[in-house]
Amino acid sequence: MAGESGHGAQTSGEYIAHHLQNLQVCKVDSEWVWNHCAGNPMAINVDSMFFSVILGLVFVFIFRGAAKKASAEKPGKMQAFVEIVIDFIDSSVKDTFHGKSSLIAPLALTIFVWVFLMNLMDLIPVDWLPMLGGAIGVPYLKVVPTTDVNITFGMSIAVFFLILFYSIKNKGIGGFIGELTLHPIAPPMKGVGLIAAPFIIAFNFILESVALLAKPLSLSLRLFGNMFAGELIFILIALLGVWQLPLHFGWAVFHVLIVTLQAFIFMMLTVVYLTLASEEH
Amino acid sequence: MDINMTLIGQSIAMLVFVWFCMKFIWPPIMTAIEERQKEIADGLAAAERGQQSLDKAKAESDEIVADARKQATQILDQAHARANEIVAEGKADGVKERERQLAAATAEVEQETNRAREELRGQVSAIAVASAEKILRREIDAKAHEDILSKLAAEL
Repeated sequence: MAGESGHGAQTSGEYIAHHLQNLQVCKVDSEWVWNHCAGNPMAINVDSMFFSVILGLVFVFIFRGAAKKASAEKPGKMQAFVEIVIDFIDSSVKDTFHGKSSLIAPLALTIFVWVFLMNLMDLIPVDWLPMLGGAIGVPYLKVVPTTDVNITFGMSIAVFFLILFYSIKNKGIGGFIGELTLHPIAPPMKGVGLIAAPFIIAFNFILESVALLAKPLSLSLRLFGNMFAGELIFILIALLGVWQLPLHFGWAVFHVLIVTLQAFIFMMLTVVYLTLASEEH
Repeated sequence: MDINMTLIGQSIAMLVFVWFCMKFIWPPIMTAIEERQKEIADGLAAAERGQQSLDKAKAESDEIVADARKQATQILDQAHARANEIVAEGKADGVKERERQLAAATAEVEQETNRAREELRGQVSAIAVASAEKILRREIDAKAHEDILSKLAAEL
């Protein structure tokens, strides 16, 4: 509730805007300043990075802990849980990607668990952590990293570079360029049609480039859009006073589905893109 | 909402976490899983083999029991036959013995009868002589008629 959120009297608009504001730091005139960084391309969203890295570390500690104690004979409960997740990822990857790669499955695991944990932050009531932050002097706190387009874009760009890397590794530079220029319309290689070839190649290149660039863009915007919308609805529900309790519960239950689904979709599409990149078609 | 350096930061963080996962998380857990899968497969194979040898042993034991049963029946049959034989033999012996004893008894009775008859004859003659003697003593001299009397006694 706006009035109870500990930031004094706020209108609903201010309340929402406050919740959607990242804690930012940037360098202005060789001095680090907080929260006056709107539009500054060198700014860093401290809260997004903080929670993202913390959750990444949570993933690493849980799974590394299980991996260190992993034994074939007597798996502990934690190991059993971790193995279920890994087995799930492994079978999902194997269904799609048939080559041999020591990267894709761990990549998929990291993406799935990490994105899942980041999405899961959405289920913490929207005021708790910002209030706690306010109490220790942090003016803004956006706790769900995946509602920050920088975070989802950062991940999808890493995936994008992996796509480029795999394409070139498996098809060679020539194969990759050919893929960009010789589809979907095969340019004529001899005769009078040769005159039209450069145009066809240019057309193909534009089409294929858009298709290629759309991959990371759609990947990140899908996750960002879903999580941002979900977070916004949580914020709106939080404005409703006492009625937020049943509504929040209902939306949270529904959101559990979205949280898991979006993490899975992000992972699965990454695997599919990398599969496409490493297979001839 | 604006794009800023967070993007690069997140990309770097992601590559680090993926690298860490690839190096230190995925391989040991996968190794453990595969090792366990192999152990389970081996265990199942061993159980299969055990089941087979159990089946074989069961078949063997069934065979042995059937053999033993057959032998037992044979032995029982033999014993029955032998017992019948023994009873028959005993019966035959008994019959023979009875006949023998009967014959012996018959012979003894006959012998006894003959002896009794001899004795009786002797006594009768003695009585006859004695009575004749008594009669004759009164009428005749014993000495004079002795030859007639002894002739009589011999005839009896």
